Formats: sequence, C-alpha cells, structure tokens
Amino acid sequence: MTVYLLCFILFLIGLYGVITRRNLIKIAISLSIMEFSCFLFFALIGYIDGGIAPIVDPADPLKTYVDPLPQALVLTAIVIGLATTSMLMAVIIRIYRRYKTFDIREISNLRG
Amino acid sequence: MNPLIPLFVVVPLAGAFLIMILGRFIKDFNKYFASLVLLFLVMASFYSLFTTGEDTSVYKVGGWEPVNRFPIGIYMVMDGFTVILLCIISLIGFLSVFYSISYISRYTSENYFYALFCLMTAGMNGVVLSGDLFNIFVFLEIAAISSYALVAFGVGKNELEATFKYQVLGGLASFLILFAIGFIYWNAKTLNIADIKAAFASGNDNYYYLFIQILVLSGFGLKAAIIPFHAWLPDAHSSAPSPISAMLSGVLIKAVGIYVIIRLFFNMFIITEGVSVLITTLGTLSMVVGVFLAIGQWDIKRLLAYHSISQMGYVVMSVGIGMILLSQGGKREIAVLAISGGLFHLINHAAFKGLLFLNAGAIEYTIGTRDLKEMGGLHKYMPVTSATSFIASLSISGIPPFNGFFSKLIIIIAAILAKFYLLAALAVIVSIITLASFMKFQRYAFFNRERGASAEKIREVPFPMVFSMVIMSILCLGLSILAFPGVREAVLTPAINILTDPSNYITRLIGY
Repeated sequence: MTVYLLCFILFLIGLYGVITRRNLIKIAISLSIMEFSCFLFFALIGYIDGGIAPIVDPADPLKTYVDPLPQALVLTAIVIGLATTSMLMAVIIRIYRRYKTFDIREISNLRG
Repeated sequence: MNPLIPLFVVVPLAGAFLIMILGRFIKDFNKYFASLVLLFLVMASFYSLFTTGEDTSVYKVGGWEPVNRFPIGIYMVMDGFTVILLCIISLIGFLSVFYSISYISRYTSENYFYALFCLMTAGMNGVVLSGDLFNIFVFLEIAAISSYALVAFGVGKNELEATFKYQVLGGLASFLILFAIGFIYWNAKTLNIADIKAAFASGNDNYYYLFIQILVLSGFGLKAAIIPFHAWLPDAHSSAPSPISAMLSGVLIKAVGIYVIIRLFFNMFIITEGVSVLITTLGTLSMVVGVFLAIGQWDIKRLLAYHSISQMGYVVMSVGIGMILLSQGGKREIAVLAISGGLFHLINHAAFKGLLFLNAGAIEYTIGTRDLKEMGGLHKYMPVTSATSFIASLSISGIPPFNGFFSKLIIIIAAILAKFYLLAALAVIVSIITLASFMKFQRYAFFNRERGASAEKIREVPFPMVFSMVIMSILCLGLSILAFPGVREAVLTPAINILTDPSNYITRLIGY
C-alpha cells in the first residue's frame, strides 16, 4: 500500500509544480512528472508478488507470471507521452522566440 | 455487420500520410485530396446511418475472437449512437475542409494543415467507434495532439499562448483519464466497455466506483469544457483558424468530451443518483455561467466560444435529468424524452455553431478584424454571410422554425414533466439572454453604420466559403425534421435504446 501512496505523492508533486511554477520549462517538467506517476501506477497494478516475466515456459506453464497487459499499455502511453512532450517543447521554443521570456506572468495577452 | 467500420479510421490516417508525401510534389494535391477523403467519410457515414438502425456491428481488430467468452481483442463498435456522431464529424469536417480551400491559402505550409486535419478526423472517428477503454484514450490523444498543433497554426503571440494553456490542461485531463483507466483495470481486470459493465454489475463497492466516476467526469469534463474546467476553451477556440474553430467547437468537444461521458456513464457504470445529480448541476452551471460570460464579449469568436460552453450545458443538463429519472426508477418515457432532447441539441449545435464560426471567419477574411466595435454595415456588401449568420443566430437562440427551437422545446418540456421547474425556467432565461447576445452580434456586425474600412474593398467571400455556409444554413433549417415522428424513430430512437437499456449493450457485444 505504501508504494501506491508514494506514487500518488509523485502525482501531487507534479500537480504542485504545474500550479506554482512560473517558468514554462518547469511546467513542462512537472507535467512529465505527473505523467510518469501514471505510468508507475500502471506498472504497479500489473505486478504480482513473486511473479516472473510473462513469457510462457512450455515445461511448466503454471508458474506465477506478472500481468503483461499493463506493461503493454504503459509502452503505448510512453509513446503518446513522448509526442505530447515534444509538441509542448516545440510550442515553448516558439513562445520564447516571440516573447523573449519564459516567465508565464509576462505571457498574458488573452483575458476575459 | 457493417464492412465499413475499419475504413473510418484507416482512410483519414492514410489520407494524412499521402498528403504529407505527395503534397510536396503535386501542386494543389493537398486541398482536393483532403476534400475527397472527407467526402468519402460523409458517404460512408450516411450509408451507415441508413443501414445500422437498431443493429450493432462489431469489428474485432486483428480477428481476435473471444476466449472462453472473455473478449481479448480490440473491439470497434458501431451502433445507433456512434453513427450519429460519425455523421456530424464527417459532414462538418467536409464543409470545413471545403471552406479552407480559400481560407487557408493565406497561410504558409498548407500541407501540414490538411494532414493534421485528416489526422484529427481519424482520432475523433476512432474515439466514437472504439469499444475499448484504452483505445478511446489512444485515439483521444491523436485527436488532441493534432488539435494542439492546429490551434497554434497561425504562430502569432495569441495562438501560442492559447495552445500552451490548452496543452497543459489537456495533458492534465489525459493523466486523470489514464488514472481512471488504471483504477478500472485494477478492479475489473478487463478494458472492454461491455465486459467492465458486466464486472461492475456483480461487485458493489460504492466508494471505489464513486472515486472512478469522479476521475472520469473530471478528465472528460476538461476535454468537454464543462464549467469549472472551461478555462482553456475561449482562448483555444478563438485563436485557431476559423475552419478549425468550427471543428473544435462543433465537433471535437462533443466527440471526445460529451460523447465519451454519455457512453461511459450509461453503458459502463451503473447509474447512481448522486453522480446524476452532480452531472445535472455541472450542466446547469455551464448553461448559466457560459451565457453570462458571453454577453460582455466584443471579440466575435470569443463570444461564440463562450456560447459553446453554454449550449453544451443544455446537452449535459438534459442528459443528467434523464439519468436522475433512470436512477430513481421514475417514468422511463420522460427520461427517454430528456435524453433525446439532449442528443438532438448536440446534433443541432454542430450545425449552427459550425456555421457561426465559418461566418466569423468570413468576416475576418474580408475586413481583417474580429472586434465587433470596428464593424458595421456589412449586410450590403456580404449578403450571403449576413443571411446565413442571421439564420444561425435565430437557430441558436431558439426561434421557430429553426432546429434550435425544437431541441430546446423538447429539453424544456422534459424538465417540466420531470418536475424540475427551476431548471426549465433557467433554460428559458438562458435562451432569452442568448437571443439578446446574438442580436448584439447581428446589429454591430451587419446592420450598424459603416465605419473604418473603405467600402470598395469589401466584397463577398469566394465560392468555396459561400458554398459551405449555404449548405450549413440549409442544415440548420433541415435538421428540424428530426423532431417529427417518423424521422425521429429512425435516427434518435436507436441511439436512446442503446443508452437506456442497461443490458442491451452487453448482450449485443459479448453475448451473455
């Protein structure tokens, strides 16, 4: 149970960073932290105590294996996360070229 | 069994790929090929609308049949509710792409625009077709990433700021959805929606389910911009190029937000009274707060974006009323009436809000500003834009005989029959304020004195833009027939049957 709690704390650290940081790059890093807490959670729910890698052994097929499905899901989610992070970074670089700053307080044209 | 199911995802994906490769070498390949792809989707979706009816067709990706009656493959499901969304996506998508042929020629790198547009369509089609929770997430991210790029397409200061906000909140929504999927998998040990419903029906762990439901509601609520989660919507929708605004407001928030909320809460979770009341409250809040935020706006597209929040509130509220009645075991006919009002308004909103954004784009294309205070007297120079936007304004404010009137009428009648008198009164009041707000839009943009820009330069927009706007205004009038018996049974009733009968969806998908 402790490890799930730590995973949740990781998520909260990321959320705290997104809310309080003023630097665009730091916001992106905080988002990545939140993302990886999700991946960690998926890896944890597939884990079984004493399980081995899920490759079926023909000699003894009834061994305890860890659940392979969450691992497949995490791989997919990591690829998606790569795409979103690179997209966010590309936008941050463009913002820096336009505004000459990373400070989110100075990037506030849109209001109301 | 419908043989077209995989084509709805494969064709636009392949279209995006081919546009990127061949568009470099062949001039004008991109715009005509993208129109062709979307035209194919329009025909395929209308063919499905006429053939599906009450059936459900399931396509198992890779041909993985169930093992011991446990579904193991990825399911793509087409039923009455999916087909309606597919028709909206492809029709509004086709008209927007056709409109873009003139509109986007002002921008550079058109190839990217058309490729991203096809990619976004593929993502939305995938979300509505998917019968598998994780697949919904994957396709949702495809649609979301391409929409982030499309919002930033102008790469000006405002566009970049809007897309940054949109990406941070969209990312947060994705993580909440991912957590919810994790919790659901932990408990149910499956990701197939029908199978999860079967697993949830046996267990009775209320607080655990409530937690999952809140996670799902906040994740998809962020995507759908229901009121406490709406901060990104006005910026993103007003900064995007106008055909994309029409797609985002008219289709994207419905396909990846409202559709998934309705589908999961009716077909996956067991409807409980607490969550139904929460959904109704959120819908009412969006309806009321959205219109009050809209009335003070002077930027046309921001005004329309806030109205999107408000009109989506109508949909969520009436679906929520239906859920309350179903969970209390109240009269089923009234619940069905409320849900059909919601779905009908969802269809109508795609038509009139898409048209209004295209009108806003036409005005911006001609006079180069979005500020209402700098316009005036345009009805003399732009008769088609003026007439179509007048139709759309009457339609969104609920004036007969346009489609908005009938859907709002059904919603209000359902609220009165269900004895939610306050909600019915609020719906009427919000409709009146909407009318006031659009009268302001009409007066300042089209009927005031001329000011500023010299009159000789102002002309009607080119043919592709006029064509899209005229077709959409015909839709605004023509969709009214969905309210009448005969057509309603053919289109709305199958969707409502699949939603309201709890065992229906499971039996049809996994057969026990």
